[in-house]
Amino acid sequence: MAGETDRLTLVEAVNSALHNEMARDEHVVVMGEDVGVNEGVFRATAGLYDEFGEQRVIDTPLAESGIVGTAIGMSFLGIRPVAEIQFMGFLYPALDQLFSHAARFRSRTRGRFVPEIVIRAPYGGGIHSPESHSESTEALLTHYPGVKVVVPSTPADAKGLLIASIREPDPVVFLEPKKIYRSFREAVPTEPYEIPLGEASVRRDGTDVSVFTWGAMTRPTLEAARQLEGEVDVEVVDLRTLSPLDRVTLITSAEKTGRVVVVHEAHRTGGLAGEIATTIQEHSFLYLEAPVKRVTGWDVPYPFPELEKYYMVNVARIIDGIKEVVAFP
Amino acid sequence: MSGKHELFQYPAPDDPPDAVRVLDENGNVVADELLPNLTDEEFRKLYADMRLTRRTDRRGVSLQRQGRSGTLASCYGQEAHVATAHALAETDWLIPCYREFGTMLARGIDPKYLFLHWMGKEPGDHIPAEYNTVAPPTPIATQIPHATGMAMAAQLLGWEDTAFLCHFGDGATSEGDFHEGLNFAGAFDTPSVFVCNNNQYAISVPFSRQTGSATVAQKAIAYGFDGVYVDGMDPLAVYTVTEEAVRRAKSPREGESRQTLIELLLYRLGGHSTSDDPTKYRSAAEVEQWEQKDPIRRLEVFLRETGRLDDEAIESIENANEALVDDAVVAAEALHQEPESMFEHVFHELTPELRRQADELAALREQYGDEAFDVGWRF
Ligand SMILES: Cc1ncc(C[n+]2csc(CCOP(=O)(O)OP(=O)(O)O)c2C)c(N)n1
Repeated sequence: MAGETDRLTLVEAVNSALHNEMARDEHVVVMGEDVGVNEGVFRATAGLYDEFGEQRVIDTPLAESGIVGTAIGMSFLGIRPVAEIQFMGFLYPALDQLFSHAARFRSRTRGRFVPEIVIRAPYGGGIHSPESHSESTEALLTHYPGVKVVVPSTPADAKGLLIASIREPDPVVFLEPKKIYRSFREAVPTEPYEIPLGEASVRRDGTDVSVFTWGAMTRPTLEAARQLEGEVDVEVVDLRTLSPLDRVTLITSAEKTGRVVVVHEAHRTGGLAGEIATTIQEHSFLYLEAPVKRVTGWDVPYPFPELEKYYMVNVARIIDGIKEVVAFP
Repeated sequence: MSGKHELFQYPAPDDPPDAVRVLDENGNVVADELLPNLTDEEFRKLYADMRLTRRTDRRGVSLQRQGRSGTLASCYGQEAHVATAHALAETDWLIPCYREFGTMLARGIDPKYLFLHWMGKEPGDHIPAEYNTVAPPTPIATQIPHATGMAMAAQLLGWEDTAFLCHFGDGATSEGDFHEGLNFAGAFDTPSVFVCNNNQYAISVPFSRQTGSATVAQKAIAYGFDGVYVDGMDPLAVYTVTEEAVRRAKSPREGESRQTLIELLLYRLGGHSTSDDPTKYRSAAEVEQWEQKDPIRRLEVFLRETGRLDDEAIESIENANEALVDDAVVAAEALHQEPESMFEHVFHELTPELRRQADELAALREQYGDEAFDVGWRF
């Protein structure tokens, strides 16, 4: 990844990926509510309408099932739609198209019709948005076979993962943690590049305990690890792709440290932490020194802004979870 | 009939028909026969509620700017929608949308609930039962099938004299829920009034991108009922049309449909929400042109000229509204929820697991203090 770089925020990196891919391949189109003239409610599609015009940057009617359904149809003739769902909480009207069709077409037509689409959606809480704007229900998506699910946690990853998703011959849901859309910058290569889907990233090496996380939770997890320096040597693994899961990296890390914490902002029951803990338990039971600990959002509908700070996982809760696992037995 | 559908004769126009109108833009009566049959007091109440709506709205926006409230969707310019609530009996049901909160104020609901909602406090949605009003949802168009379901339930329960009036925007008409809700209403012949507030934009997307049809009203034909296209900046037209639709919902005459789809052609003078920049997608000239149609001014001129309103009356309306709104802000700012309340009402009683999680949160607060939750993560 040598060459020129820009210092970009995560949302700017998403935008850079879209510019690169639309310039490279005229079949790539962007579609969704307010993505054109308005350049997206988070400005993720800034500049695209001016550069590529209304035929490739398509303001659609307010209809999520319509957006995903027509994207699937467009893909059958070789167009590569990158559809934006304005917030993850509004993806639900499109779940029928996503699960019953995007996820199944390849399998039921034995590869004849393949929905090569990307669905981008900002997700997660922590920005005091109105009801239904803070969902983190990625476990719904990872449960369903045939859809890949990607969640970046840094600007450079966001760009490389989105470009890989656009080039990916399977349907991908690309969830963007909006809490960190603009909270920091880093050097991001100007040229297009890919970060392969399905590979977790070890953000911090450690020997005492492995913490698995993704999205906006990566930063408070790294902060917790930093605060515990000298006391506990924490390894932090950012999953980046939630489906398919990088089980090799998870298992390697768990067997190295023997202690595991999973951190996610999603609800606890049926959350992805359960799948991760079970994977490790099935594969590496004899390496474990302590039960796997979950630090997660509560099993309540995402609260209104006044109480969201009590819902969100914070550094204190992560530290607490790590200490509990390290202290065991 | 224009060339587009020559072979098919259907009564829907390719161009918008003339909108139903009672007052012109200067407040002059242009359709005597459609003037609502209201007492002077009722006329003044409509005016007062529209002003209360604007005051509540303006205060909400300024609280947001001051950082005392969260995002809200303003109805500045759209206040004539208030008249739909005036056309309802107290026993009728209102299923509003987030932007049509003037209807809630007109029903007597304390503006405190709106401020609470905008401040991100859940009790804003705990609207007391006596108002027959459902708390507006956030996902677009989802209330439409609910409204139809309520009307179906009323039929099952043998309620013969209750109408169900549901508001939504023009963008909502693109969602499957709009189609499904109206289709059920036609199929089950429910006592339903559907009101589309066509402010011509769904955030930035213009009406022409929502649909290829000239009006929303004409879509009613496909569901087997009547649609009516109304000047939505004219509160008296809105009242007259809604009153008639409510009457039909309860007792349609021979040849009338029970359901009505009302399209109010109107305009929001502000942004979609407090986080929206409308200058990105519409011109100042367009906004100015619509400012000339201000529904409050229009009604005020009519009421003054017909001797129903004078300076003194306006002043007393304004004083009362100001006090109501001021008190509501104080009450909303003073109300705080306990963090543990988020575990309540997930189910009818706390499950053992939720009890455990609530205890876990309480223990964390005890151990780390509430400050840990304020500064818990640095980005
Ligand atoms: C299902 C769903 N999709 C997207 C959104 C985001 N969103 C909120 S309001 C809005 C526009 C609504 O337009 P319209 O129905 O015309 O009502 P208006 O806001 O103009 O009153 C959008 C896209 C949402 N709330 N729900």
